[in-house]
Amino acid sequence: MTNGPLLQRITDYANRADPYPLYEELRRTPVLHEEEDGPYAVSSYYDILGLLHDPRVSSDATNLIAAGADELSGPEATGLPPSFIRLDPPEHDRLRRIANSSFGPPHRPDRIDSMSGELGGIVTELIDGFGDARQIDLVDQFAYPFPVTVICRLLGVPREDEPRFRTWVDPIVAALDPETRQRTDDDFQRASQEARMQLGMYLAGLVEQRTKEPRDDLLSDLAASHGTDGTMSMMEVLSTAVLLLIAGHETTVNLITNGMLTLLRHPEYLHRLREDPGLSVRIVEELLRYEPPVQLVPQRTCVADIDLRGVTIPKGARIWLMLAAGNRDPERFADPDRFDPDREDIEHLGFGSGIHICFGAPLARREAQLALAELARRLDNPRLVEDPPPYRRNAVLRGPRHLNIAVNSVRS
Amino acid sequence: MPAEAFHEWLRQEGRIVIVGASLAGLRAAETLRAEGFAGSLTMIGDEPHEPYDRPPLSKAVLLGKASPDHTELPRRRDIDATWRLGVAAAGLDMAARRVRLADGEEVPYDRLLIATGVHSRPWPKEEEAQLDGVFVLRTRDDAVRLHRRMKGPPRRVLVIGAGFTGSEIASACRDQGIAVTVAERADAPLVGALGGVIGAVAAELHRENGVDLRTGIMVTGLEGDTTGRVRVAHLSDGSSVETDVVVVSLGASRNTGWLAGSGLGAGPRGIACDAGCRAFDFRGIVTDDIYVAGDVARSPHPLFGYQFLSLEHWGNAVAQAEVAAHNMISAGADRRPHMWVPAFWSSQFGVNIKSVGVPSMGEEVMITQGSLTERRFVGVYGYQGRVIAAVSFDNTRWLEFYQRLIETGAPFPVEFPTVDRRPEGRKPVPADFPDPSLPTHGPTVTLSGYSPADRQLVFTPARH
Ligand SMILES: Cc1cc2nc3c(=O)[nH]c(=O)nc-3n(C[C@H](O)[C@H](O)[C@H](O)COP(=O)(O)OP(=O)(O)OC[C@H]3O[C@@H](n4cnc5c(N)ncnc54)[C@H](O)[C@@H]3O)c2cc1C
Repeated sequence: MTNGPLLQRITDYANRADPYPLYEELRRTPVLHEEEDGPYAVSSYYDILGLLHDPRVSSDATNLIAAGADELSGPEATGLPPSFIRLDPPEHDRLRRIANSSFGPPHRPDRIDSMSGELGGIVTELIDGFGDARQIDLVDQFAYPFPVTVICRLLGVPREDEPRFRTWVDPIVAALDPETRQRTDDDFQRASQEARMQLGMYLAGLVEQRTKEPRDDLLSDLAASHGTDGTMSMMEVLSTAVLLLIAGHETTVNLITNGMLTLLRHPEYLHRLREDPGLSVRIVEELLRYEPPVQLVPQRTCVADIDLRGVTIPKGARIWLMLAAGNRDPERFADPDRFDPDREDIEHLGFGSGIHICFGAPLARREAQLALAELARRLDNPRLVEDPPPYRRNAVLRGPRHLNIAVNSVRS
Repeated sequence: MPAEAFHEWLRQEGRIVIVGASLAGLRAAETLRAEGFAGSLTMIGDEPHEPYDRPPLSKAVLLGKASPDHTELPRRRDIDATWRLGVAAAGLDMAARRVRLADGEEVPYDRLLIATGVHSRPWPKEEEAQLDGVFVLRTRDDAVRLHRRMKGPPRRVLVIGAGFTGSEIASACRDQGIAVTVAERADAPLVGALGGVIGAVAAELHRENGVDLRTGIMVTGLEGDTTGRVRVAHLSDGSSVETDVVVVSLGASRNTGWLAGSGLGAGPRGIACDAGCRAFDFRGIVTDDIYVAGDVARSPHPLFGYQFLSLEHWGNAVAQAEVAAHNMISAGADRRPHMWVPAFWSSQFGVNIKSVGVPSMGEEVMITQGSLTERRFVGVYGYQGRVIAAVSFDNTRWLEFYQRLIETGAPFPVEFPTVDRRPEGRKPVPADFPDPSLPTHGPTVTLSGYSPADRQLVFTPARH
């Protein structure tokens, strides 16, 4: 697969710190198709929303393989079946429903709410850990360890094992990036598949343990769902667990980091947040619009010809849904490039939409709200040390790799 | 006064009266304030309560998961209104622009919004309707009474009528292990709304959940014991059902009685209005100071052959209220049409049901996703070669797509494959409505645009 000049600039690391002017350019051709075998990039809000609800648009990895483009999660290659994020109905519906029954309504409507105290405790501990340092790397010291700790507790994965699974998570996440995928040689692909398998095997050990001695965690629930009624196969349990573990922290890191960066660039909101922690709800929603952690969805393909704005996206073509571009579509949002948590209407694409809408959204929201409110309260006179900060390579999961902040002190 | 100056004055100092202090009334009031209306606002409601939400009354409330007293509608903003609760509007003097209240007082207006909704059709035999244990379910007070009796618990509940509300009540009973009989004149539940094909799925849902479902049957009489409590119901097939709670779910009638003799075009089917929510008088002339919204309104819909639709849909009440409020204080060119695509949801027996469009206009239905046997599906209704409606069981998230098909007059049958690998049938079958009333063939109108401000009608003349 090759990408034309504009898409290449979007994936180009040089433009990572501020891709928004490129997105603006992109929106001028709402359905962009630059190279014959390249993707169709869709960048306006309503078109993206439409495609996210379009039953002709598939997330299924095998359709993508048919389209000659995806090597990520072919079952033969990795031994682990694709997780529900890469499946269509009915398999998607079944797996997601089972996973959801231990995570959200109607069965566990209070799961996230009931964690608030625990989340608060983790936040406090991490901020206390800053000690009397005058400079903090927000990513390494807070935005990364926080969601990792949370997802570990929620799943029931020992926190001490983080360094181990980190070595598997990194190549898997890197493979999501179209830029890396483009340069990809076979070794690289194999490494990511291998890593996914390793992570699956690591989790298999835990699942086995939980089958014998269930606890109050998601791994136990997943293990139990592989029960007498055969609702999830053991392999499906594992690929679901891999998905939850990775998706459970890789995005929230960016949400929190982008959030703090944005607040430091808009200090009036940082001040208001200090006075009124309740404002974090609006701030996080606006962040999901303004700096969404998932910038684009590059893994959809269509199972029938789709006519969109006078362009026919042919059956089998790959579609990129440019969520971050849609979020700043002036057709949808007034003054879209302004960070404005006071806007009345923030129905963003930050979590996607349709049947694949972010599974962990309630948790991610809660984490980011708590984190930002506490940072605002406890950091005395926080300032950016460098702007823009250095970014992670990934164009899909976009966020700073480090965020160095100078402070006068850390309040208790 | 030139129109513009008048509207400026109206926005600053006008008097707006809203009759019907429920969903549509409240949302209209909030919209008025949001759009800068600074004049006086009066909310008249015959119920003693502040605006509350009705859908939970037949769902969470009956299940005991929500208290009927805690279904207040969330407020979007402060509306700074004079509230006249617990007093009904009893008359309207269109010439003098006054609403007369049941307590004799009169309230003058410059603009009036009527949002009086509907009331449940009572059991037609008055004496039987008075029996202790016979209920309807429309208001919070109804819900309090019924809920109290359900906690009894009753030995058996009889639900008369298997529309959405009746089915939800039956579902709530089963959920709590209460024996329930449902009597329905049609051959299946929900047939009037969704047709026989989908009705058959609903019937299975009832039966599998242990409802004693009797279809193709009518309740002919209710009988009480010596203390005046309902005891037994007689059915048209000669059988009878011993019961101590009867819930009459026979649909609703529009609350227009208070407008009798006013000269407004109001009757048992509602108040006719134009696409801008302006009420017609009885001569068919549009008023410019009286607006209607919500369940009580009947408005012409271009997508559906300009039929006057009256909808009992939560979402319609909100959307129509917003348009009415906007138009009340806007001059001609700034006004917007109410072109909401009907959408309705229900939840029963653990299944989420949602429809868009007007299924009852459908001649044929085809299952495009999921499967009837799994009871997770999307069904699409066709009318004269175009998509007119869709319904989903536990598949809500796809419906937006089908709404777009309806809006753009997409062809029916639906030809394309979907990601769903259970192409059950994938061919249209008769939707099986008991009494299809087919409007005449006409030109095609479709909708384009997204935001209320740039929604457009596209008109395609009929082809020969
Ligand atoms: C039990 C139940 C369940 C429902 N479930 C769903 C659902 O799942 N999905 C869905 O889409 N819709 C549902 N609905 C329908 C939805 O609630 C209505 O569409 C909505 O309430 C309409 O709002 P409205 O303001 O037009 O009318 P209403 O809510 O009926 O309000 C009208 C108000 O005006 C008052 N009024 C009447 N006459 C006068 C008068 N002369 N003077 C003063 N006040 C007067 C009435 O007492 C009432 O308070 C349900 C309704 C009920 C009853």
